[in-house]
Amino acid sequence: MAQTLAEQIISRAAGRPVRAGENAVVAIDLVMMHDSISPSIIKVLHSELGAERVFDPERVAVVIDHVAPAATIQNAEHQANLRRWVRQQGIRHFFDVGRGISHPVLVEEGLARPGMVIVGSDSHSTGYGTVGAFGTGMGTTDIALALATGRTWLRVPETVRVQAHGHMRPGVSAKDLGLKVAREIGADGATYQSVEWHGLDELSLGERMTLATLSIEVGGKAGIVVPTGAAIEAHMAQHGYQMPEWLRVEARATYSRVVEIDLSVLEPQISVPHQVDTVVDLSALGRVEVDVVYLGTCTNGHHEHMAAAARLMKGRKIAPGVRMIVVPTSSEALLRATEDGTLATLIAAGAAIGTPGCGACIGRHMGVLAPGETCLFTGNRNFRGRMGSPEAQIYLGSPEVAAATALAGYIAHPAELV
Amino acid sequence: MARVWMFGAHVNTDQIVPGRYAPYMLKDEAALRNYPFVEARPEFAAMVQPGDLLVAGPNFGCGSSREYAPLALKMVEVGAIIAPLFARIFYRNALNLGIPCFEADLTSVLHDGQQVETHLNEGVIVANGQTIQLPPPPAFLREVWAAGGIVPYYKQHGRFPGQAG
Ligand code: SF4
Repeated sequence: MAQTLAEQIISRAAGRPVRAGENAVVAIDLVMMHDSISPSIIKVLHSELGAERVFDPERVAVVIDHVAPAATIQNAEHQANLRRWVRQQGIRHFFDVGRGISHPVLVEEGLARPGMVIVGSDSHSTGYGTVGAFGTGMGTTDIALALATGRTWLRVPETVRVQAHGHMRPGVSAKDLGLKVAREIGADGATYQSVEWHGLDELSLGERMTLATLSIEVGGKAGIVVPTGAAIEAHMAQHGYQMPEWLRVEARATYSRVVEIDLSVLEPQISVPHQVDTVVDLSALGRVEVDVVYLGTCTNGHHEHMAAAARLMKGRKIAPGVRMIVVPTSSEALLRATEDGTLATLIAAGAAIGTPGCGACIGRHMGVLAPGETCLFTGNRNFRGRMGSPEAQIYLGSPEVAAATALAGYIAHPAELV
Repeated sequence: MARVWMFGAHVNTDQIVPGRYAPYMLKDEAALRNYPFVEARPEFAAMVQPGDLLVAGPNFGCGSSREYAPLALKMVEVGAIIAPLFARIFYRNALNLGIPCFEADLTSVLHDGQQVETHLNEGVIVANGQTIQLPPPPAFLREVWAAGGIVPYYKQHGRFPGQAG
């Protein structure tokens, strides 16, 4: 029987052929854990499960990204404990403050690979679908069990297939496609399901991660961008590995739903407060003045996103009264942006640059919002209170819209700049 | 008797417990019991009684993977959560903690503040003399609830539900 990518990956990890709807216990290729809930995970692992060691230190990656560098004495203490624990456990794949956000970092390091089952302590672990892995987010107890046993149980998901056609116009990017899909199928349109993204071979890795991370915003258990195309080939060559030969799109696989999107007519999309799936065409938004433009996160803080913004901002200044905060997704993205002049352009335009990591995405530090403030955010969630005050307004948009907005002072179409 | 606490659609984990009230942000982790719905429904934590029901619209618990959202609900001893559809990470977390979740839409059948009788083991609610039968969750979920959560289950059986011995 033909299988979806999720079914293929879970079958391999379960050691038997599985189909959507079944429960399966699977072997895990990689467990990701980050700073913010590590104290609870370590407690469950040792005190409740009585496990002294993780199942395989080579299959565990630990990243300090959520509050990095530490904002409070308490964070600092938890992070110090986490560093000590990582040493005790002999975990080599440890990425400390400044290396960046877990999902892009594990992709950049070549740890996340096509066909793997990866579980992470963060809901945007769907991001490993950037390279054709089945990545999924879990809570404290599941991650502790995964660390202790190297296994987890999964209900094999049905799959929603997003089929893109044609090419995007200038000023439109993967974020607009992701928000458009949220608009079409809703925040629960793929709950318990995998989202498979087709027709996007020309996308860069960063743009693939935009879609893989947004998959959770439609409820997706995983979000897999079909791992074909030049960017994936180059990435595999760089890390010296090949696509597993058993992983490929099978024409007769069964999908619960196919969502067709014509990229050639796609307009910039804006998600208005306070739900990701309340999305409008930017042209229908009306005038929304902003206090802050925030460019960053695992969804849209990659090198290509900063570079897209810089192209639009070159030689210009951000509007008076607006602050623009740029937080690169990783040190690799920051380094590239330094080398090619992207960063200099953004700084000259008036942007402030933060340490690679999650920044203000979860409202802990590095740019939290005051009551009454409005933010154009390139991240993935605009829930009330997400970035600080519950009385702040968060609009989600692409890096191109972020650049146009920073220059205009209101949420603006990139085409207004040319 | 149990009180019905009615919520809308797409209740996210930032509404259940905002990140600023995460246990690791608190001086005393036990204080988490004071914060379920602290901003979305400030009276909830003080008024909720053990066994009360949360009844919500679709996609309950969407958003982040924070297990302290269902943990806060467990700390105030919520009896069960009933929604037509749960966000999957929340559902797993609630299951792992042993909080019963039933997939049913009772938002137009019950109302906020209503007192009902519950027989959760049988999945039965009695409201205004009317018996409502909730759809039974899959057998392996009931096994986990019966054990009091996935950790006690794993310790008892040395395996996951459904895993060959
Ligand atoms: S950037 Fe935001 S969405 Fe991405 S992992 Fe960090 S907190 Fe989660």
